[in-house]
Amino acid sequence: MEPKKTPLYDMHVRAGAKMVDFHGWLMPLQFASILTEHEAVRESAGLFDISHMGVMDIAGPGASKLADYVLANDMKTLKTGRARYSPMCNEKGGTVDDVLAYKLSDAFLRLVVNAANTGKDLAWIAAHNREQAEVIDRSDEFAIIALQGPRSSEVLRAADAEARLPTRAYSFLPETRLTGVGCMLARTGYTGEIGYEIFCAPREAPCLWETLIEAGKAAGARPCGLGARDSLRLEAGMPLYGNELGEDISPLEAGLHAFVDMDDPGFVGAEALMQPVRRRRVGFVVDGRGIPRAGYEVLDSDGCAIGRVTSGGYSPTLDTGLGMALVPNGWADGKLLVRIRDRQVPANTVPLPFYRRKQIIRGNAHGDA
Amino acid sequence: MGMPDGLRFTAEHEWVRIEGGRAAIGITQHAQEELGDVVFVELPHIGQEFRAGDSIAVVESVKAVASVYTQLDGRVVEVNEALLEDPGLMNTDPYGQHVSVLEGDFSVLPDTLLDSAAYEAFLAEGG
Repeated sequence: MEPKKTPLYDMHVRAGAKMVDFHGWLMPLQFASILTEHEAVRESAGLFDISHMGVMDIAGPGASKLADYVLANDMKTLKTGRARYSPMCNEKGGTVDDVLAYKLSDAFLRLVVNAANTGKDLAWIAAHNREQAEVIDRSDEFAIIALQGPRSSEVLRAADAEARLPTRAYSFLPETRLTGVGCMLARTGYTGEIGYEIFCAPREAPCLWETLIEAGKAAGARPCGLGARDSLRLEAGMPLYGNELGEDISPLEAGLHAFVDMDDPGFVGAEALMQPVRRRRVGFVVDGRGIPRAGYEVLDSDGCAIGRVTSGGYSPTLDTGLGMALVPNGWADGKLLVRIRDRQVPANTVPLPFYRRKQIIRGNAHGDA
Repeated sequence: MGMPDGLRFTAEHEWVRIEGGRAAIGITQHAQEELGDVVFVELPHIGQEFRAGDSIAVVESVKAVASVYTQLDGRVVEVNEALLEDPGLMNTDPYGQHVSVLEGDFSVLPDTLLDSAAYEAFLAEGG
C-alpha cells in the first residue's frame, strides 16, 4: 500500500527533512538533528506535524455514556472544554489503544488516537456502541500541529497577538481563530512540556505551519520530527502504544492507575482489571555506558531473565542511557542488568518520569502542568 | 563535503587509510548523515584480533545502532578514545576521526575496498 502523506508533506521535503514510513505514513524523522530538536523543545519550543493521528467524533445524546463505557478513565466528571487521557481496554483488560478525549459538550466528544489504531478503534467502539451514538471518522478532516515547549505561548502570541489561548493544562477552545485560521486549540501534548495542539482544516495547515515557523524563529523554535517526539516522551515517562501498551498489556501493568477509574468499574475490561497484575512497568537508568533499546533482555542481579525493555534510548537532557521495562510484579530489587549485545550493563530503577519540567511558582500556586 | 585523498571505502560506508602495515578505519560522511547524532561508541580493545568481515566497533545514534566492519585482517594497536568523551566528533569530523587502527599485512588489498571514484559511483547509484 502506498504510504499516506499529511497536508504538510511537501513542506517537510522542501525543508530537507529526513522522511520515514511510520505505520503507513510518510513522516519527518528529523529536520536538522534529533538532539537539536529535542533541546529546542526543552529550552524554547518545537513544532510537530502530527496530522497522521486519528480523529473520531462520538456524537448524540448517549455520547458521554458511550465514552465512559469504552474508556477506562472517568468520562462522567470530564467537563466541557477539557480533555482527559484514557486507555481503552479489551475484555481481557489488555489495551486496545490509549487516547485523548476532548469534551465539546455532553453530546459530543472527540477522540484523538494512535494513527495505526484508527481503523481498529472505530470498529471497536462501533461494536460496543450500546448507546446508539454516532461514531464518525474525521481523521482526514484535520491537520494537527503540536507546538510544545516553555516558549510555546510566546510563539503563538508572536504569530497572533489577538489570539485567545487556553490557559489551563488539558483545556481547549473548540472553535477559535489563530492568524485568521479557524481551529480547535488545545493545551495538550506528548513531550512533558507546556504546549498546544492545533487542529485545523488540511488546506489551511501549510500556511499556518509556515506562519508559526516564522513567528517562532526569534524564540529559537524549530520544526521537529518523530525522532525528537520519541526521545521527549521517553524522558517524560509517557507510554507509547505498541511498546508499553498493547492488546496483551493492561494499563495497570503499564502503571497507568491514575487513568483507570476502578471506583466505577462499569467500563469494558474493568472485571479483568480486578485480577492481580502479573507485571509492572519500571523506569531504569543505566549505571555507566550503554544505550538500552526496545526488545533488549532485562535480567535481575543474579543474571536471570525477568523481562524486556519496552522503550529505551539515549536521554539528551540527562545525558545517559535509560529505558522502561515490564518486569514481574513481585520483583522489587531496584537493581537490574540490561543485555546490550555481549555485555550485561547494570542499571538502577528510578521513579517515572525521568524528566519533569521546571515548575513556575506563582505565589504559593504551582504553574499549570 | 569532499572526500580526502588516499582513502579506500567500503560498501558499508567505512573508510580505511592504509599507511604501510597500519590501517585506520572510520565511517564516511554518508554514514554519519544516515545515522544522525552519534551519542555512543563502543570501541575494541588494544590487542584484539579481527578477520575481514568482523565488526570492530559499534556506533549508536539517537535512533540507530550500526556496526563498523573491517575488510582487513589485523590486530588493534590504537583506539580513538576521544570518541568516548565526545561521540559527536563522528558527525562533525567523520574523515578526521578514525575508530581504531589495525596492524597487519596490507600488501595485497581485497577488492571490497573501493577507491574514491568507485565509492562515489556506488553512492550515486543509491548505495
